[in-house]
Amino acid sequence: MRIAASAIIITLLGLTGCQREKRDIRPSPADLAIYGDAAKESTLRPGGPVTPQPVVNNPYNASSYDISEGQRLFNWYNCSGCHANGGGGIGPPLIKKEWTYGGEPANIFDTIVKGRPNGMPSWGGRIPAYQIWQIVAYVRSMNGEQPTSATPTRADTIQTNPQNLVNRVSGQTK
Amino acid sequence: MKRAAVPAFALSVLYGCAWHQQSALNPGGPQAAKIDTLWWSFFWLLGVIFIIVMTVLLLTLTGRRANMEREALEVTHKASPQTESQTRRIVTGATIITILILFVLIVASVGTGKAIADLGFKKNPLTIQVTGNQWWWEIQYINGDASQTLVTANEMHIPVGRPVQILGQSQDVIHSFWVPNLHGKRDLIPSRTTNEWIEADQPGAYRGQCAEFCGLQHAHMALWVIAEPEDRFDAWMRAQLQPAASPSTQETIRGQQVFLNNACVFCHQIRGTTAGGQNAPDLTHFGSRRGIAANTVPNTKGNLAGWIVDPQSMKPGNHMATIAVNSTDLQPLVDYLESLK
Ligand code: HEC
Ligand code: HEC
Ligand SMILES: [Cu+2]
Repeated sequence: MRIAASAIIITLLGLTGCQREKRDIRPSPADLAIYGDAAKESTLRPGGPVTPQPVVNNPYNASSYDISEGQRLFNWYNCSGCHANGGGGIGPPLIKKEWTYGGEPANIFDTIVKGRPNGMPSWGGRIPAYQIWQIVAYVRSMNGEQPTSATPTRADTIQTNPQNLVNRVSGQTK
Repeated sequence: MKRAAVPAFALSVLYGCAWHQQSALNPGGPQAAKIDTLWWSFFWLLGVIFIIVMTVLLLTLTGRRANMEREALEVTHKASPQTESQTRRIVTGATIITILILFVLIVASVGTGKAIADLGFKKNPLTIQVTGNQWWWEIQYINGDASQTLVTANEMHIPVGRPVQILGQSQDVIHSFWVPNLHGKRDLIPSRTTNEWIEADQPGAYRGQCAEFCGLQHAHMALWVIAEPEDRFDAWMRAQLQPAASPSTQETIRGQQVFLNNACVFCHQIRGTTAGGQNAPDLTHFGSRRGIAANTVPNTKGNLAGWIVDPQSMKPGNHMATIAVNSTDLQPLVDYLESLK
């Protein structure tokens, strides 16, 4: 009896360690900034080799709520019109290993803010920074670069890249 | 106990009055009238039965029946044949009466269900497509002529005395269209179309609400159905079909620029301008509507400014972007949107 009771209590205590993800429904004022040409990018040359950048962390990394918000905005801001569901169309695929302009969060952020010469429009000056970071988190999640605990086990769309699945299964995250 | 019951009852009645614009017991159309009749007949019939049952129960608990021995049961666990047959008669009789009453209730309920599903009207109907979104209503008046197809949001106008077909759809999760003064609930289900007929026979403003839990802001997903005489409805429709009024004052001209130069245009449409977003309520005639954010707050300049500056405090979790509008731009933006009558 006493053993059973203590087992239950210990389990309950253990459960308090589990965390429920906190949703930041209200973006912090700093993340409301709207970037124009002043994106943080340094010396990237279009098509050229990617120079390493100072690491800028995505504030919404590993947050399932923000990844799903990013997915919605990816459609609402019509990224899907040119990039389909990451498989590519008018624009290049976004599920890949080799990025023209870099695949780190800061690179993707810059790409969205400034646009790219061969037909990627600039979204800076319009979309608030917090939403761009949400989209970045989603683009990264398409490549299996968000923790599996924060991404849906089954995507809404067809997985175009088997490697993506492999990454997911092996739980590899960056 | 009893003293508390009286004010409680009075309060619930008063509550019914305050909310007469959203009450199934204040029918504004033929279907709601049938539901109302059914409700009251259930209420009175079951109320009388309840009182009878409670009275009999009290009598059996307190009274003694001369010809039924009570002690015998406790000693032998067997009633005498006389008591046995008497009890059997009573139980059989009560069972038969119960079955009959249930049968009557089923017939009444199915009959009403059939009658309200199809009132037999198909004459000159108006077709409105209602699309549920987290957490607002898109309302589209279907017309064979594309130039007569109207898209608006969160407020529906219908002509009195004309049947209206509601085609229900959903953009995300299951919602439910419910205007209690006009009809029962109808679910809006993603990737299929549901069908409901409504008709108002009295002019009035009827409030509806989403009736299927759909996420964070389910409680703040309301719509108004304004039933008005045919000529006023036609005038409303003509006005709504017009593109948005061009801004005429310096202030509103500036407000329009603010709107068009911000992300607003990716989500909202204002017909007659370059804003063509299809993801959020159409704002072409926003100023003519009663409420903001699916009628979460009344449509006033103050509320609108509050909504634009910080939508997440008025309706936490909703899908409108928080955009840092300059303090000098806010007033013109609000003036512009409110000028869109
Ligand atoms: C009008 C079509 C169009 C739209 C809309 C569009 N893109 Fe692009 N995008 C492109 C094209 C074309 C390129 C390739 C540009 C280049 O190579 O210079 C590109 C490139 C990119 C890249 C860089 C890929 C790499 O290999 O480095 C990213 C990331 C990207 N887009 C994300 C987005 C996101 C996020 C959105 C929505 C906010 C979006 N795009 C909307 C056309 C579009
Ligand atoms: C990311 C998309 C998005 C952007 C950008 C956006 N909105 Fe909204 N807006 C919405 C959504 C979604 C709603 C409905 C919210 C609800 O009721 O749940 C809404 C509601 C509104 C409403 C209330 C409409 C009604 O009938 O209830 C107004 C007014 C409004 N937005 C104005 C603006 C203005 C002004 C801007 C630009 C500063 C803007 N919106 C930018 C998505 C957006
Ligand atoms: Cu709901």
